Amino acid sequence: MATIRIAAPDTASAGEVIELKVLIQHPMETGYRSGPDGKRIERDIIETFEVTYDGETVFEADLQPGIAANPIFTFYTRATTSGPIVFKWTGQDGESWSETHDLTVE
Amino acid sequence: MKAGLAFLSALCLSACGDDAASTQSPPAQPQPLLSGYEFLQPQTRALQDDNFANPGFLWIDRGEALFSTAAASGEACSDCHTDTSLPLAGAAAHYPQIDAESGDLVNLEARINLCRTRYQDEAPLEYESDELLSLTAYVAYLSRGTPVSVDIEGAAADWYARGRDYFETRRGQFNLSCTQCHDDNWGKKLRGDTISQGHGTGFPAYRLEWQSLGSLHRRLRDCDAGVRAEPRMFGSDDYLAVELYLAKRAEGLEIETPGVRR
Amino acid sequence: MKTLSRQKSFARRSFLQLGAAGLVATALPLRAAADAADADAAIREIFGDKPLNEGRVSVKLPPIAENGNSVAITVAAESLMSPDDYVRRIAIISPRNPIAEVAVFKLGPRAGKAEISTRIRMAGTQRIRAVAELSDGTLWHGSASTVVTLAACLIG
Repeated sequence: MATIRIAAPDTASAGEVIELKVLIQHPMETGYRSGPDGKRIERDIIETFEVTYDGETVFEADLQPGIAANPIFTFYTRATTSGPIVFKWTGQDGESWSETHDLTVE
Repeated sequence: MKAGLAFLSALCLSACGDDAASTQSPPAQPQPLLSGYEFLQPQTRALQDDNFANPGFLWIDRGEALFSTAAASGEACSDCHTDTSLPLAGAAAHYPQIDAESGDLVNLEARINLCRTRYQDEAPLEYESDELLSLTAYVAYLSRGTPVSVDIEGAAADWYARGRDYFETRRGQFNLSCTQCHDDNWGKKLRGDTISQGHGTGFPAYRLEWQSLGSLHRRLRDCDAGVRAEPRMFGSDDYLAVELYLAKRAEGLEIETPGVRR
Repeated sequence: MKTLSRQKSFARRSFLQLGAAGLVATALPLRAAADAADADAAIREIFGDKPLNEGRVSVKLPPIAENGNSVAITVAAESLMSPDDYVRRIAIISPRNPIAEVAVFKLGPRAGKAEISTRIRMAGTQRIRAVAELSDGTLWHGSASTVVTLAACLIG
């Protein structure tokens, strides 16, 4: 279970460029650190983040261990039609987390 | 040299004066009293101030959910604590405090675990577990903006004296006491950092160093490790005592949870 | 393709760790040179071997970071973001981290605005680079540097 925070407008006018902000709880473990026992902590990262809206991918990110723990992204999309915006994170071992935000376009 | 002599005589005073009156004297509060926040780079302050991006809110969101999740016994924290009945707004600013039933000094973590064992029929949560951190951060957050004020009288007096003693005693391979940095030399540079006054009002806090939220006791363990002393256990009597001394010493500063620290 | 340069990075790290004991002084300049080449290689692997044009891309970073574990960065590219003139991808590249590639963002005309913000790890003071690929295939480059300071009390 991961805690996810999303900041997005509930309503927008057609054609308006809206800001989307997402924050997810994840260590983004690099694989280069040692734990208290002196042993290397295994790499554990989110590899992709994808946003679909109105049936299309509108934003995608391929991530490396250089992204800080508890990744945060701020990006933009143009409001076209009312519908769900789906945010989906996929980890290196295939596990995924997603969250949906409903946008109403007036 | 002068500061060193003053320190030595202070050490002698605290070591030689056994009577309760002298150990209960108020702490030497650094003046002006400045939160750890004031010693951060602007962008780290901005991260704490951002109620969306501050990663500490990830734990607070989870804590809020746990707070209203019923235990197996059917009781959720939110069943007893509402806005009107046993409200928790401002409560965290008065911890650690003496638990009336047991007579022990308890901090917020210990109080949450007491609630679990006494009223929810649940096992206590492990110190520094994600669940306990989340609940502690949420309850502390309900006091964000409330000035710290703790009771050091009665049964708390001995704890306070013990905490003060720990704070003022040199320890570790570096032979340094907390007071040497945080009372005598705050505001000065130590490598890339500016030495803070050593207040715990942002905790549980998100430390960039940890890349996670952590308790005040985790911070104290790092302080001890920093002077190459043996860190005490989470929830240990020594750290509970230090927590009370620190709270008294920070009296007047507001609770900032979730603080962001470097 | 990407894994090739990562393996190279790992190999270099192990070599440096081995050499560090006796060769600290000479290892440092060697490392700086190899890192710059690594960043160039990472850009070529992501976008192909095309010329980099200076401009159109701005990178915003704080002048000083008190901890390299989490540094706020904003990358913006000048573009109309219209159906036939938009930014396809933006990459963030670190010349000093163990892996030069930090992230690649795929945008499109629907983004409306070619700007992304995130927080990155920085293994020391460096000039972070960003490359934007436009819909016409051209590459544009910008950069900014941050001083990562050393903490007072290092644990472990």
